[in-house]
Amino acid sequence: MSEQPEARITTYREAVREAIREALMKDERVFLMGEDVGHYGGCYAVSKGLLAEFGPERIRDTPLSESAFVGAGIGAALGGMRPIVEVMTVNFSLLALDQILNNAATLLHMSGGQFNVPLVIRMATGAGKQLAAQHAHSLEGWYAHIPGIRVLSPATIEDARGMLWSALLNPDPVIIFENNTLYNLEGELPADAGAVDIDRARVLRHGEALTIITYSASLHKSLEAAERLALEGIEAEVIDLRTLRPLDDATYLASIAKTHRALIVDEGWRSGSISAEISARIMEQAFYDLDLPVSRLCSAEVPIPYAKHLEDAAIPQVDSIMAEARRMVRHG
Amino acid sequence: MPETTLASHAIHRLEILGEDGDVDKALMPELSDERIVRMYEMMVLARSFDERAVTLQREGRLGTYPPILGQEAAQVGSASALLPCDWVVPSFREMGVHITLGYPIHRLFQYWGGDERGQRGPESLNILPICVAVGTQIPHGVGIAMAARYRRDPAVVCTYFGDGATSKGDFHEGLNMAGVFKLPAVFICQNNQWAISVPLKQQTAAATIAQKGVAYGIDGIQVDGNDIFAVYRATSDALAKARSGGGPTLIECLTYRIADHTTADDAGRYRTPDEVATWRRKDPLLRLERFMAGRGLWDDDVGRRVREEAVAEIDRAVLAMESAPQPEAEEMFTNTGATLSRRQIRQMEVI
Repeated sequence: MSEQPEARITTYREAVREAIREALMKDERVFLMGEDVGHYGGCYAVSKGLLAEFGPERIRDTPLSESAFVGAGIGAALGGMRPIVEVMTVNFSLLALDQILNNAATLLHMSGGQFNVPLVIRMATGAGKQLAAQHAHSLEGWYAHIPGIRVLSPATIEDARGMLWSALLNPDPVIIFENNTLYNLEGELPADAGAVDIDRARVLRHGEALTIITYSASLHKSLEAAERLALEGIEAEVIDLRTLRPLDDATYLASIAKTHRALIVDEGWRSGSISAEISARIMEQAFYDLDLPVSRLCSAEVPIPYAKHLEDAAIPQVDSIMAEARRMVRHG
Repeated sequence: MPETTLASHAIHRLEILGEDGDVDKALMPELSDERIVRMYEMMVLARSFDERAVTLQREGRLGTYPPILGQEAAQVGSASALLPCDWVVPSFREMGVHITLGYPIHRLFQYWGGDERGQRGPESLNILPICVAVGTQIPHGVGIAMAARYRRDPAVVCTYFGDGATSKGDFHEGLNMAGVFKLPAVFICQNNQWAISVPLKQQTAAATIAQKGVAYGIDGIQVDGNDIFAVYRATSDALAKARSGGGPTLIECLTYRIADHTTADDAGRYRTPDEVATWRRKDPLLRLERFMAGRGLWDDDVGRRVREEAVAEIDRAVLAMESAPQPEAEEMFTNTGATLSRRQIRQMEVI
């Protein structure tokens, strides 16, 4: 009998750090750069300790220049390296959007197919930590709009540990969104945890009553809602999208064929969101499977408030997910 | 307490070859007659390319094209100083650099004809694709220099841009970062004094672009951009310094865009014929011919022969460009990434 590797308790933050550490050890072309990633250990303490282990050339503190360090990441990737660029939060990534959209995502095309850009950009995203209206948005959906980049949204510790290496193996730019409320998430990780696929959504809870399609921090709220709904006799199927571009339609369409009800939970703003895209795809491909219209729970269309009670009210929560699920099940 | 002077900075300008063809012998770089003739041939080839490109655009055989007329010395002079291991990160008005490095001319025509496959550089050259988005290539040059430094390889990265780009954030951020990391990088600004219709004095209140290097802790120098020897020397010096760990240099080649911004522009609407005529008299090619004539390297016959050979090469390149098959619709999808999404595959089948 082969011995099962022991599982251990770790955090999302440690899982990301381990993934970076493993990548640095496995491939000498890999390096990490960004604001405060070195001496300070990262604003979310993800890279703590890595500078001492790998030195300043591989854990590189940069000037406060999002466009330059993302652009330099593109250049380093073209020059044969495998850079991991950390952008402190998604809001700051807008300063580098020209580099991401007009350069990283177009260089393969602009070079007539000569230059892939094997660049990985990690950034924190999401509300919930009282970081207010300029540090707390969820713009994953915007990035998922862009052909030429892959958008990953690890919600679980396993994905936090495993998606980075898969992203580094991808020859094209990959953006990894880490929700800032997840860094302290604790959970089990097998001792031999490693790379995971970055193509497929995953069913994390099986059920027959409705399909909840979600990603990132909203996954955990959806799972909690599903557990509580089960006490009321409502068994929800919960799907973690994992990769927002390209979307894995097949997983949620198969679920909807079974449950006939689809609820999308998305921390982004509702108008023009990834939830709108998924809703359209369901309408295009599974219209006749539905017992009632697709429903969406998204953020209120406001700048994310600073006050805790208002911030909580602005984004989807366990109670709002439960209420909407009940309404949908009662309806049909 | 009295005020103290923390630092004072002088900005130097380098000129070697005068308009009359005389050179400052003390500053003249060591160049054999063969190399000088070669540089002259490259300038003529670049000019012939440029003239033909404008003609082809007028005939509807090329897309919008940005002429290099008058800037050949800045381009051929700097490119002539590079080693094969060095990297070039161009903007969109450096076809003289491409030509000097031996980039296939038919591919330049192919690109400006609307076919990105023309941007596939030969394996032997370390050159990024032409970058049309102003200044965004500057951080790429910084990143390649980081990679070179990390690997301890001797390459220096030469990044080109115009005066307009120096007002952009990527210029500031890129040069600042290159200075902080003391990277093996040379930044060459072709200051042609016009960013479409905006003149230099509306681009910056600074007296020179070279002085902007001071703020980033890197050396800056202005050279007469129509003086091929000054450009060559400044670039050679900057490359040698970068290669030996001395960090980056900003070189401002003060030149002039004699033609329109692009073939879609009419510069006559915003600048005077007198201004253009003044700069036509400073033509870098005439200046080099005068120098070569004094050295016994040039006369009308040499000029005619070099010109005829250049035109013949351009003829061949045009033929090669026009006989290349058009890109398939499929290729606009395949060049979005190594793997296509199912949605893209469906879209590709429909188109």
